[in-house]
Amino acid sequence: MSSSMTLLVAVFVLGVGTFAFRVAGPLLRERLTLSSRIESLMAQLAVVLLVALIATSATLEGDGFAGVARPAGVLVGGVLAWRKAPFVLVVVAAAATAAGLRLLGVP
Amino acid sequence: MRSLYRTLGPELTRSIALVCLADALVGASYGAISVSSGFPLWLPMLLSVVVFAGAAQFLFIGLLAGGGSPLAAVAAGLLVNARHLPFGFAIAEVFDRRRPANHRRTVEEHAPSDSREPRNWFRQLLGSHLMTDETVAFALAQEDSRRRRAAYWASGVALFVCWNVSVVLGGLAGGAIRDTDALGLDAAFPAVLLALVLPSLTEPATRWAALIGVVIALGTTPLLPAGAPVLLALLGVAVVALFRRLRAATPTKEAPPSAPPGDSAAASHHESAEYVRGERRKS
Repeated sequence: MSSSMTLLVAVFVLGVGTFAFRVAGPLLRERLTLSSRIESLMAQLAVVLLVALIATSATLEGDGFAGVARPAGVLVGGVLAWRKAPFVLVVVAAAATAAGLRLLGVP
Repeated sequence: MRSLYRTLGPELTRSIALVCLADALVGASYGAISVSSGFPLWLPMLLSVVVFAGAAQFLFIGLLAGGGSPLAAVAAGLLVNARHLPFGFAIAEVFDRRRPANHRRTVEEHAPSDSREPRNWFRQLLGSHLMTDETVAFALAQEDSRRRRAAYWASGVALFVCWNVSVVLGGLAGGAIRDTDALGLDAAFPAVLLALVLPSLTEPATRWAALIGVVIALGTTPLLPAGAPVLLALLGVAVVALFRRLRAATPTKEAPPSAPPGDSAAASHHESAEYVRGERRKS
């Protein structure tokens, strides 16, 4: 276990670094005048990033496979979202599917 | 406050409340796990205020609890949080009242933006700190810039409050909520992001870029440290752009069957002109 002082420094370094990542976009965008093509590209990058995040967090745990229950829950939620179901239903159905499968002993 | 609610509407308000609830349960489990791993309560509390990023916080505590060095924990956290850089570029307009955005070519509402309005540093710095996967997804899912701003700020402030309060409560409660998987919350989060991102996947180019990105991210996960595979997924955008360029340079019918259909909006005019004339010969 590290000392309190070391932990404190580590937290602040991570905090400052994270804030730098967060604030860079808004600050730099002020300086640049971007064409609408670049602007739509930025939005596309964010969407691709989110979709990759969804895919990895839905199917993987660490380096290994996350089991069946979680991807199944996400899939149910995804189908409902695609069928334009209310947001609340999407979230609850995803969680309930995963929880129900685990209750039945499916990993 | 009331005008904010009017802008958001009941459905979006409910959605934000629901995500707050789910986040609060995760936050409570984070506090509980941190304290039961032997850390003082101030550590998860401070991380939640200063870092405010669930995945990086779990990773940070997990690495330290497993005997990792603080240096490794910071490096891993920074790598996971690097995704906020492209996020910031994508949603920079929610902090800037002076220049309306048009990333979906929406018609700006009647109020013209005042270009003489001074730059609001406080709003920009505070707003940047509220940037998370959820707030970015909420903002991107809105149609016009006023709703985008409202959704971003409302979800950001609400999540910040819920997350920090729940981490404290979870830390105090100890092992009460240890297993959020039993509630299926681990499936709820990808589903939340998926529901929010779906409307943005209308363009074929974006769909192809996302698909290639997913393949890259899943394929490189066993080889790379946490956070890196998701960043590599951005190459999907480059692959699609490159493919377009190549197809523009060779206007023949030899495109492979897996060719992503280019959408006319992004095709440059000289490319389409050459397509129409068809006068380029292969040397």
